[in-house]
Amino acid sequence: MGAGLLALLAMGVSTFLMRAGGYWLMAHVPLTARVHRMLEALPGALVVAIVLPIAVKIGVIAFLAISAAAVVMVLRHNGFLAVVGGLIVAALARSMGM
Amino acid sequence: MRGAGARYLTVAGFAEGVRLSVPAIPVMALFGTAFGAFAAQKGLGLLEATLMSTLMFAGASQFVATEMWTEPITVSVVTTLCLITAAVNMRFMLMTASLRPWLGGLPAWQTYPAMALLTEPGWLIAMRYRAAGGTDHSIVLSSGIALWLIWIVSTVLGYLLGAVVADPRRYALDLVMPVFFTVMLVPLWSGPRRAVAWVAAGAVAIVTAEYVSGSWYIIAGTVAGTLSAGFIDERA
Repeated sequence: MGAGLLALLAMGVSTFLMRAGGYWLMAHVPLTARVHRMLEALPGALVVAIVLPIAVKIGVIAFLAISAAAVVMVLRHNGFLAVVGGLIVAALARSMGM
Repeated sequence: MRGAGARYLTVAGFAEGVRLSVPAIPVMALFGTAFGAFAAQKGLGLLEATLMSTLMFAGASQFVATEMWTEPITVSVVTTLCLITAAVNMRFMLMTASLRPWLGGLPAWQTYPAMALLTEPGWLIAMRYRAAGGTDHSIVLSSGIALWLIWIVSTVLGYLLGAVVADPRRYALDLVMPVFFTVMLVPLWSGPRRAVAWVAAGAVAIVTAEYVSGSWYIIAGTVAGTLSAGFIDERA
């Protein structure tokens, strides 16, 4: 647990630095339009980079689940329903032998 | 403009922040539960999962860190985890930066704790409150604390739940992470022009995952997407 605790603390510090960093930077460094555009694109790019390779690895069922979740999210704007919906679709598809 | 009273946290503001947090509780609790269950499935200890939620309070990065958690924990594992955590949480910089104009005049000891507990729902609560003419900055800290407690408690519940499910695949629990991330992605959609970054990120990530072992594909895809957004000039 010693090394694990250290890793957890370090990740906590790293997360805090991001949260404090934006607030701090805003007072000291002007954001150019390009940097702002890049920072804006970063979360989406990151999420796609994380999800797609995992979905490819898991296969069709993953694409079913994420499509269902995305549709629910677009229609209802409710993260709770979207996650539950995506998982239910995947569980049903599996129970039918997919 | 700023009266002496406005510089300090107020009880009324604290109560208001908690009240404003109530609608966000179901989603927070669901994601916390999902994270706890995921951590249990991935073999993290209950103490580790709970500490992670307490110290980080950043769901997306916690999923990724859990996915990449490899024993034994060496210096290089810690370094990788920190870099990935920073990358996933870089979006917080934009959120806290956007609060500077409102909170900038306040003493640091009051604002940095509020920034430390800021999440997407907390940020939305603060921005809406401000847009509606609210002035009591106490709501930022109090909504942060309320959501943080929900997050920690639901992590523990989810962990206990996840530890007793014998066949996680049957309940599609192995898909929690991709589904969770997809749901995060939807509100980020800002039209087809901006989707270039997503396409670049996805393509580079898939190719890198195919040929390079480890989690480098996350970094490679993110850098590709971010750079493509930076270097495509767009007229709004």
